This record gives sequence, C-alpha cells and structure tokens, in this order.
Amino acid sequence: MPKGSDIFLQNVSKIVVFIILAFALYLFFTGHVSPGGGFIAGLTSAGALLLLALAFDIDTVRKVLPVDFKLVMALGLLIALCTGTGAFFFGEPFLKHAFGYFHLPLLGKTELHTALIFDLGVYLAVVGVTMTILITIGEDS
Amino acid sequence: MNNWTAAPMLIPLFTAVILIFLHNRLQLQRWISLLSSLLNAAVAIFLLYRVRTEGIQTLNMSGWAPPYGIVLVADMFAVLLVLAASIVSACCLLYSFRGIDEERERHYFYSLVHFMLAGVNGSFLTGDLFNLFVCFELMLMSSYALIVLGGTRRQFRETLHYILINVLSSTLFVASVAYLYGATGTLNLAHLSLRIAESGQSGPITVVAAMLLVVFSVKAGLFLFFWLPGSYGAPPAAISALFGALLTKVGMYALIRSFTLIFYHETAVTHTLIGIMGIATIVLGGFGAVSQTNVNRILGYNVIASIGFVSLALSVSNEDTLKGAVFYLVHDMIVKALLFLLAGILVAETGTERINKMGGVLDHSPLLSWMFLIASLAVVGIPPLGGFPGKLLIIQGSLESGEYMIAAAGVLLSLLLLYSLIKIFILGFWGKPRKPRETNWKQHPKLLWSSAPLLLLIVLLGVFAEPAMPYVSRAADILSDPSIYIQAVFKE
Repeated sequence: MPKGSDIFLQNVSKIVVFIILAFALYLFFTGHVSPGGGFIAGLTSAGALLLLALAFDIDTVRKVLPVDFKLVMALGLLIALCTGTGAFFFGEPFLKHAFGYFHLPLLGKTELHTALIFDLGVYLAVVGVTMTILITIGEDS
Repeated sequence: MNNWTAAPMLIPLFTAVILIFLHNRLQLQRWISLLSSLLNAAVAIFLLYRVRTEGIQTLNMSGWAPPYGIVLVADMFAVLLVLAASIVSACCLLYSFRGIDEERERHYFYSLVHFMLAGVNGSFLTGDLFNLFVCFELMLMSSYALIVLGGTRRQFRETLHYILINVLSSTLFVASVAYLYGATGTLNLAHLSLRIAESGQSGPITVVAAMLLVVFSVKAGLFLFFWLPGSYGAPPAAISALFGALLTKVGMYALIRSFTLIFYHETAVTHTLIGIMGIATIVLGGFGAVSQTNVNRILGYNVIASIGFVSLALSVSNEDTLKGAVFYLVHDMIVKALLFLLAGILVAETGTERINKMGGVLDHSPLLSWMFLIASLAVVGIPPLGGFPGKLLIIQGSLESGEYMIAAAGVLLSLLLLYSLIKIFILGFWGKPRKPRETNWKQHPKLLWSSAPLLLLIVLLGVFAEPAMPYVSRAADILSDPSIYIQAVFKE
C-alpha cells in the first residue's frame, strides 16, 4: 500500500495506539490481585504495535521502536528468571515472592511486590515473541 | 526444602537466555554452553550425593505445600537420569564445536540446545503431571527448531512429520490430563497415586491410563515409532545424538514413572498392553534395523528396539527388572549418543550414509573403527561393557516371574541389534575403500576425542557395575514401592 493512501486509518490509529497502550499499562498494574497481568498486557501492547504496522508499515514500527524484539524477549526471560531465583538468596523456595507497603509521592500508600518485576519479565517476553512472529511473517509476504 | 532441586532446570534456562544476547560471539557461546553443561553435571553429582545421604529431595515451588502447589522431586531414578543427560549433553556440545557449521551456530543453536535440556531435566524432576506437560512442550518446541535448523530439503520434510505427530500427541496429553483431573481432582503425582489407591483404579481411570500410555509411547518411540528413524536422521550428527539419547528416554521415563507410581493396580490390562507393545517394538524395530542400509536409519531403529526392551522390564515390574530398567536406561542414553556421534564422523569420512557405498574405513581411521565396534558390542550387551548388567537383570527378572516370552524377546533383540551393527562394521569398515577419500573433514580427530568420554563411561559402567548397584537398587526400590515417593512429597 503506498504511503498516505489510508488517511483515516492512519490518523485514527495515531491516537488509538496510545489509548491501547494506556489500557495495557492499566492491565499490567491491576494484575496479580485482579484480572490482568504481564501476559495479557504484553499481548495488548503487541496489538497496538500491530495496528501501527497495519496503518503504516513495518518499517515505521521499526523506526518508532528501534529495538531487536528477539533481545526484548531474552531480556524479559532474564528478568523473570532472576526474580524467581532471587528467592534463593533469602533462603526461600524458588519463585517465592515478597511484598511490602510503601508511601510513594502522589500515590500514597502503595503495595509493591516482587511478583510485579516477574510480570515485567513476562510482559517483555510476550511483546518480544509476538512482535518477532509478526515481523517474520510480515517480511516473508 | 532444597532449592538445588531446581538447579538442573534453571542452569540451562539461564544459559539459553544469556546466549541469545551473545548470538554473534561464537567462541564465547561455545565455552559458556560447555561450562554450563559441566556445571549441570556437577550439580547433578551433588544432588546424587544428597539423595544418597538424606533421601529424596523435594522443593515446593513458591512455598506452596503439595498438593496445592507444584513440587519438584529429585529421587534416585530422576537424579541418575539428570546426571546421564548432563554428561551426554556436555559431550554433544563439545562435538558440535566442530561438527556443526557456523551458520547453524549463529542461528541460536546453543540457546536451543539449552532450552531443550531445561525441558528434559524438568521432565525428570517434576512431581506434577501438568508441569510434566509444560516441560515436555519446552523440550519439544526447542526440538522442532533444532530439527529444522539449517533448512535442507530433507529436514523440512521430516520436520513436518515430526511436528504433526507431536502436536497430535500433545493434544491427547492435555485431554488426558483434563480427564484425570476431572476424575481425581488433583495433578500432583504423589497425590494422584494416593487418591487412585484409595478409590481403586476404576474402568475410566484405566482408560485415561491407556491414553497416557499412547501419549508417552509416541514420545518414547514405543510401538508408535514410524516417524522416528527418518526424523532423527535428518539433522546433523550432534543434534541426532541429543535426540536419540535424550528425547525418547524422557518419554520412557514418563511411562515408567506413571505406571509404577500411579497406575499400578490394573496390571493385567495396562502392563500386559505395555508388554505386547514392547515385544512388537522389538520385533519391528529389530527387523527394521537389519533391513536398512542407511547408517542413521539403522541407528534410529536401534533406539526404537532398545525402548521396546526397557518397556518389557516395565511390563514385568518386579524388583530385578526395574533395577535392570534403570541401569539399562542410563547406559542406553550414553551409548546411543556415542553411536550417533561416531556415525556422524563415519558419514563425514565416507561422504555417504549408505553402508553399501562405504568401505575400508578401518584402513585410514582405525581409532574410529574400534570405538564404533566397542560401542556396538556395548549396545548388544557383551559382558565387560555397560550394556550387560542391565540386560542381564531384565532377562533374569522376567525368567523369575515366569515370563518366558519376554525373556526370549530380550535375547532376540540382542541378536538382531548385533547383526544390524556388525553389518555396518563389515560393509563400512572392512574391505577396500570404494572411492578416493576426500579429506574435507579436517577436525576429525577432535570429533573423536569429544566422543571418547562417552566410550570411557560405558566401559566404566560395565566394569564398576557392582559399586553402582546400590544407587540403582535405591532407584528401583522407589519404583517398586510408591509409598516411599509419596511420603517424601508430603513429609513437610
């Protein structure tokens, strides 16, 4: 598709992409105690990037996010693994999580738990895998 | 609680992930992956020591007590197999430094191998049926990528068979897991065993057991093996060796574990079925091996026939045959890897996979020839070598139980395998060279040296079978008495 031929899709997606990404952020933080979490947030974010790729093209996505998605996946796996293994050093069983309540500026009393870091790993891994698959398929056609 | 129980799974996972970041630094990748597999072997030895001195090691992941959480269980059987797998993988990795082309190495070969090892070790150590499924998938996904890596025409064709058959069996696996959960309300192996022992193994549960038998048989190459000789011959030797040594054995391990720990009540149905499948596998696999002229296919059929033999031990399930099964399984992992590695050198040396086009290899590489001969004799079970004690125990045990058919099948297996392997030796190594040898394979001595530790190991296994016996009988005790396993899981 020549560039600029789909003005509606392109202009709408410029805004919608951010709405989707914000929703993904919401899903990410609401996880662990209510429905949501790293996996679903990762899929939603990948959906936003896919919309961008459909409205423009894959090169645009590459320009917006100049990262190697295979490395994103590896980074995600590494973070998730390290969080799980971190328990070793506190004499706790593998994958045991810890949490605490902190007073943060703006947010007030907030619960922070290590499962969130694990989820961040999952998030990155899911975005990495999904985008690698999409880009690979997209390149072949 | 012992966190080391998770280490044989975590070390390969960490290595695999780190290697993704280093995918352009080949030399670094090679050494990291070798170091990691050696470290894994060291951890396995440490676990072996702990299991010997303190009994079964368990880890309740994330601190959830069984049956609510997922538990890892390192008993003697699992740890012995983890140890063998680590040693085999270290040798295969060393071999692949020279035996795999740079293009494949650059495309995440080492990462994939380590992901597969994580799946293999996880399958051995897990104490939860669904977690077993996850580990199987981890192992299979990486094996899909490994088998197609390089993308030759033959690899694509065989990959298609391989993926289709495995996806089908994985679907059946999930379905039977769901049925089992519906019937018993648990997926923890020890808890499953308890629940089924309490309520009796009713008809429907036996049906689920038969479904799981089909699933594990496909993975192990027991009777449902038509895809195996082709698929295992397609990728380069180092990958075939890993597949032949590890993947089928994981299936066999799952069979032995589930039919000694959980479904041991209706032996007249399930174990008889396993026995029949085993005999059929030996006959078909044995004659398959004899009839082929392609080295890799002969070895593929050898893998199948040996699996048939171990399943005979499972079908009899007395103390001696179970000891034999443990011993034979460990030995078979090592010797099958060795045979595939040596066959890889042989094929590179002669430039063909067909044994009737080879000849005269003994003249210019005597070391390779004698190593191959010793490995072949070990497969058959000639006394001072490692194949003998396991085979003896299985045949002796089946005679004790009055299973003469099974003992006869075991002897028949030895004859057929001997014939098929000696055929490679006579046609490939004796005689005059058929065509001028092309010396394009300069790394040949290094390849031989990287397979030498495996050869040493099978000799040692045979010679020091007596000191190894306490470990083997400890493993077999747990297999013949499920309550030891159950108590270990629920002790905390």
